[in-house]
Amino acid sequence: MVIWLRTIQLGIKSLWLHPLRSLLTVLGIFIGVASVIWLLAISKGIGDEARKQIESLGADTIIIRSMKPPTEKLSPSGVTPYGLTREEFAMLIETIPTIRGALPIREIRRQFQYADRVIDGRLVGCTPEYADVTKLKVQRGHFITDSENSNYANSCVLAANVADDLFPVEDPIGKRIYMPESTDYYNVVGILEPKMASAAIGGSLSSQDFSRDIYIPIKTLQQRIGDTVTTRRGGSFEGEILELNQITVRVAQVSDVKRTAELIEQALASHDRLEDIAVVVPLELLEQARTTQAMFMIFMGMIAAISLLVGGIGIMNIMLATVTERTREIGIRRALGAKRADIVRQFLVETSVLSIVGGVTGILFGLLCGPIINLARYAAEWYSPETMRQLPEVIQTVQPQILPESIPIAFYISLAVGILFGIYPAMRAAKMNPIEALRHE
Amino acid sequence: MIKVNASTTQHACRIRDLKKEYVLKSETVRALRGVTFDVPAGDYVAIMGPSGSGKSTLLNMLGCLDQPSSGELFLGEDNVAQMTDDELADVRSRRIGFVFQSYNLIQQLTVVENIQVPLFYQGRLGPKEQARCLELAQMVGLKDRLSHRPTQLSGGQQQRVAIARSLVNDPYFILADEPTGNLDSRTTEEILQLFQRLNDEGRTIILVTHEDEVSKRAKRVVRLKDGLVQWDRTNTEEVRAQAAKYAIDNMPVEV
Repeated sequence: MVIWLRTIQLGIKSLWLHPLRSLLTVLGIFIGVASVIWLLAISKGIGDEARKQIESLGADTIIIRSMKPPTEKLSPSGVTPYGLTREEFAMLIETIPTIRGALPIREIRRQFQYADRVIDGRLVGCTPEYADVTKLKVQRGHFITDSENSNYANSCVLAANVADDLFPVEDPIGKRIYMPESTDYYNVVGILEPKMASAAIGGSLSSQDFSRDIYIPIKTLQQRIGDTVTTRRGGSFEGEILELNQITVRVAQVSDVKRTAELIEQALASHDRLEDIAVVVPLELLEQARTTQAMFMIFMGMIAAISLLVGGIGIMNIMLATVTERTREIGIRRALGAKRADIVRQFLVETSVLSIVGGVTGILFGLLCGPIINLARYAAEWYSPETMRQLPEVIQTVQPQILPESIPIAFYISLAVGILFGIYPAMRAAKMNPIEALRHE
Repeated sequence: MIKVNASTTQHACRIRDLKKEYVLKSETVRALRGVTFDVPAGDYVAIMGPSGSGKSTLLNMLGCLDQPSSGELFLGEDNVAQMTDDELADVRSRRIGFVFQSYNLIQQLTVVENIQVPLFYQGRLGPKEQARCLELAQMVGLKDRLSHRPTQLSGGQQQRVAIARSLVNDPYFILADEPTGNLDSRTTEEILQLFQRLNDEGRTIILVTHEDEVSKRAKRVVRLKDGLVQWDRTNTEEVRAQAAKYAIDNMPVEV
C-alpha cells in the first residue's frame, strides 16, 4: 500500500518535471472525455426535444387530417368539396371497436373584433375533449362544455394572446366578440393559459400555432357558418367546402394504435380519391424519433471515442519518449533492486495519473456543458443578434441533457485508454537490459 | 554506530570457475574462461586488468546484473548463478551496494530520497529507515544538503551520496566500478579515504579500477587478463601507506 502511494507520489514528481508536456498529454484525454459527455448530452437534448413534441400529441392518438388536394385533381370550374366528412367521422366511431373516443375539428381563418380592435385569428370548432387532447390549460372561466355543444351555444374560449390583444384593459369574460365575416357574436366564457406552438413533425404534420385561436363548439360552427367558407385574400374571394379539418382518434390501449391506424386507412381508402387525407400516427413518429436519436447518439459516441483514441495515442507517444529519455534511470533502478514488475508499475502509474487527471477535469468540464452553451448563446446574441436569429432553431433552443451513465463510462474509458496505451511503453521499459540501460547516455 | 552484517557469513562472495560466453554475429566471445577466487568478509579487493580482460563482465556477474554461462557464484551461502530475474533483483536490493563511475543518482530525487531507493524496492519505508538514511547522509558529510538534487551537487558530493546509498541496505559488499574515474585528485583522495574508513569499520569492498595508484590502496589486487586471473596479490601495509602518502604529497596546492 505504502509502495503504491510512494509510486504515485514519484509518478507525479516525474510528470511535474515536464509540466507543459504533461499538460498537453492530459489535454488529449481531457478533450476526449469532455467530448464524450458533451456530444452525448447534446444529442440527448436534441432527441428529447423532438420526442417531447411528439409525445405532446399523445402516444395513444391517431391524427387524420384533411389536406388540400393537388390542383390537377380539382375540377377547373367551381369549388370541389374535399376532406373528411361528418359521415366518415361517425362511421369510424361505429365500425372500429378499438377507438375509445374521437374528436372532430374544423378550423377557419377569421377576423375577430371587439369595440374598435380587430385581429386576424383562427376559429376552431371542437368538442370539450379538445382541451384535454391538445393539453390546453384554462386560466379563467371554463372550456367549451358538452351542453354548450349540444345546444349550439354561441360561447367561445380565447387563447391568451387573443385575450390580451382584444381586451388590453377590460375583463374579457362575459363580453361579446364580433366576427365581421359571418356577422356573428360570441360570448367569451373562458381564457386559456399561453401555450407554445408545436413544431412541425417531419412532412406529415405542420406546426401549430395556438396563440391566435378562438374555440367554439363545433355544432355551433356547423350551424352558423356551415361547410362552405369564403375567405377574402388580397382582394379575391376563395371558396372552400370542407366538413372537418381533422379527426383526432384516441385508442383504448397503446398496443392497439398501429392496428387501429391500419383499419382507419382501410376504412378511408375508398374516400381518398383526391389524395386529401393524411393519417399521422404519433406513436410511429415517436418510435422513429427514438431510433433516430439512438443512431445519432451512437454516431456522436463514435466521434467522441475517436477523440479519446487520439488522446490515448498521445499518452503512448509521450510515454515512449519518456521511457527512452529515462533509460538511465530505469537502469539505475534495476541495479538497485527494482524488479520488472516495479518498473511496469512505475510507468503505468504515471500514465494512469495523466489519464485520471484528464478524465476528472474532462468530467468537470463536461458537467458545465449546459451553462457553457447558454453562455455562448448569450454572448452570440449580444455580439451579433442577426446571425443568431439565422441559425437553426435547434441551436437556439437546445438544452443538453447530461446522461448520468456517461460520467462513469467516460471515466473508466479514459482510465482504460491510459492503461492500455501505457502498457506497451511500460513493458518496453521493464524489458530493458539493466547493463545496457546503465550505459545509456 | 552502523551495524555490519558481515558476521552472517565467512565470505562476502565466492567465485568458482566462472565462465561467460557471448555470441556476437556467429562469433563466440569468451569473456571469462574460468575465474576462481574468494572474497572473505572484511576484505578490500581491487580488480584490475586491461580492456578486454573480462573486468566489466566479472563486475556484471558480481553485481548480479548478468548471469554466467557456467560456474558458481556464491553471495553469502546462496548460489546466484542460476537465479531468476526477480530473484536477482531481490539479491541486488538486499546484498549489494553499488557505486558507479558516473554516480548514477536519480535526477528528480533529493539526496535523502536517492539514498532510500534500494529500501524502496524492499518495501521498507518506515521511520526507522528514514532515520538510517539521515544517519548515512551525515556520515558522508552531506547532512546540510539533504533536500538538494544531484544537479546541485559537485561530483565528489554526488559520489558520496552514492556511497551512502550503497550502504543503506547493509550489503554483503560494496561493488565500486571506477568510483574515482570522473573525479579530480583531491576528490579522489576524499573518496578513497572514505572507502578506507568503511573498510576499517569492517565493510567488504570490491573495487574495479584501471589505475595503479587506486589499486595500491586496497588490501589485495586481483588482475585479470584474457578472461583469466593473471595474478592475485596482497598489498603490504607498506605499499598502502606509501600510496596514501604519495597521493597526499602530490595533491595540487589549493590557491
